[in-house]
Amino acid sequence: MTSTNPTLDLAGGASAPPAGPRPARRSSARAAETRRKWYEIIGLTTPAVIVYVMFVLVPMGFAFYYSLFRWRGVGPPTDYVGFDNYVLAFQDPIFLDALRNNAIIVFGSLLIQGPIALGVALLLNRNFRGRTVFRLLAFVPYVLAEVTVGIMWKLLLSDAGTINAMLESLGLGGLVQAWLADLDVVIWTLLAVLTWKYVGFAIILLLAGLSNVPQELNEAAAIDGASWWQIQRHVTLPLLGPTIRIWMFLSMIGSLQVFDVIWVTSVPAVRSLGASATMATYMVDNGFFARLWGYGNAVAVILFAISFVAAVLFQRFLLRRDIEGAITRRAN
Amino acid sequence: MAANAVLSPTAKRRPVSWGNPLTYALALAVAAVSITPVVYVIIGGFRTTPQIVADPAGLPDPWVWDNYARVLTQSDFWRQVFNSAVVSLGTTIGVVVLGVCAAFVLARYTFRGREVLYTFFTLGLLFPAGAAILPLYLMLRDLNLINSYYAVILPQVAFALPLTIVILRPFLTAIPRELEDAAAIDGTGRLGFLWRILLPLSRPALVTVGILAFVTSWNAFLLPLLVLGDASLHTLPLGVQNFSSQYTSDTAGILAFTSLAMLPALIFFTFAEKQIVGGLQGAVKG
Repeated sequence: MTSTNPTLDLAGGASAPPAGPRPARRSSARAAETRRKWYEIIGLTTPAVIVYVMFVLVPMGFAFYYSLFRWRGVGPPTDYVGFDNYVLAFQDPIFLDALRNNAIIVFGSLLIQGPIALGVALLLNRNFRGRTVFRLLAFVPYVLAEVTVGIMWKLLLSDAGTINAMLESLGLGGLVQAWLADLDVVIWTLLAVLTWKYVGFAIILLLAGLSNVPQELNEAAAIDGASWWQIQRHVTLPLLGPTIRIWMFLSMIGSLQVFDVIWVTSVPAVRSLGASATMATYMVDNGFFARLWGYGNAVAVILFAISFVAAVLFQRFLLRRDIEGAITRRAN
Repeated sequence: MAANAVLSPTAKRRPVSWGNPLTYALALAVAAVSITPVVYVIIGGFRTTPQIVADPAGLPDPWVWDNYARVLTQSDFWRQVFNSAVVSLGTTIGVVVLGVCAAFVLARYTFRGREVLYTFFTLGLLFPAGAAILPLYLMLRDLNLINSYYAVILPQVAFALPLTIVILRPFLTAIPRELEDAAAIDGTGRLGFLWRILLPLSRPALVTVGILAFVTSWNAFLLPLLVLGDASLHTLPLGVQNFSSQYTSDTAGILAFTSLAMLPALIFFTFAEKQIVGGLQGAVKG
């Protein structure tokens, strides 16, 4: 559905809507009706607006304010240091490691999960007996809480854990690793765990997208003699484009702020050396647990700024057409 | 368009057949990768720690129920289930009620500033909850809400609102104008229309946003970790994490606790899977 409606901009810059047709003549009944309408509008939206402003927008504003101080979180912040906290962050090799790790997770997730999810979604979209059960099983990792997933893999991957024992018994003893303790290995281990956990989300989205592809198109292509592979390649995949791009967007934002799995799976000592830190774990370690509130808030602002810029760029270059029809569909 | 597709799912069903062996082989491989670690954890809960240490990859010999019994009777498991339930239900109710009201206005009223308001909400999709966590903590501290259910519920509602509104609005918009006119002729006001016609008709969308909010809240870790210092308020994810760091040598106990913590989400999802995929259809494609 190509709409001629003004596109909404995820990043801001709202396009002003055309106002409804103005009544030429206002009777008092109509004025009363208009007033009533506005009461309803205000009454219904105010609670949502208040909660949203208070707990989403206001904290981000405060984060920027606090980030300009050296502050231990006791009493009001007074020790104004300008942008020193930001400079400090970018001079800290641990934070730079965290940035690198986030980059690995962002691109690693896209490059590994994307093809796997596409293959599995196409497979589970085929019509065969038992499909529902296989779908459910494929979603299991995604449904589990991040914490349980983290603890599970932490046990499996420990030095004397199951993974190493299995490698040993399969005669692959050479592959035995200190999966979570080796500073050069740990981030790739974590990437594998994250892939296991989140590929199900991509599969869910893609299956939802696939079920929107009209069956008639596939049947028409089949009648024209196209093979299953040709149908997937030339009919289904192009129609799936918007879904794939929306998944990429959500995956990217999620990877930039990833916290839970990393925090639970990786050992604090390894994290504090930077080998398995991400921006979010670095922020919580320094801001909350080390009580460097001003500094932690500066990291929060950096995290937010990077996510924001990435989102805007993504939206500008890849998501523009899809947004029109999907996540910010203009009501009419 | 997409919302319509979900309201009236194409009823055409192809005949279900046995797929070819390759399909099954691949599907089995996918299933194996997904659930083997989970099955291992559940079965591991039936072993003793010495058994696990002796052979990490073995089967229980003999099977012991003690670990599960211990977690269910002696730990704070039930207390944490209760806390998780309170927080998740509170969040779900809050999100659905506030989200429906706002989405209803954005979908069915024409007024100046409507699209600005909508963009204002969608902007929230760009605010990662993780980035706001430190100032959020400070604010909740100043409001004296730390160590209360509200400290988790209110921010979770706020951060779930944008996605909820984005999913609900097309649904509410797609319901034909004629229904509203008919209701008006029968003397039903706009609010009556919302309550008696719109809400029942958009049940699938409401269930979808409800499930998403519930599961997100049930699994949440970072926010509870910072704002629920009081152990008696700990939710299940905090409980699992604490148990595993407190009893590091009790591997079997950790496996049992982790398995039990997985169960509610797995059961819940088994029943809600169709609903989630169905509801997302509206959101992923125009």
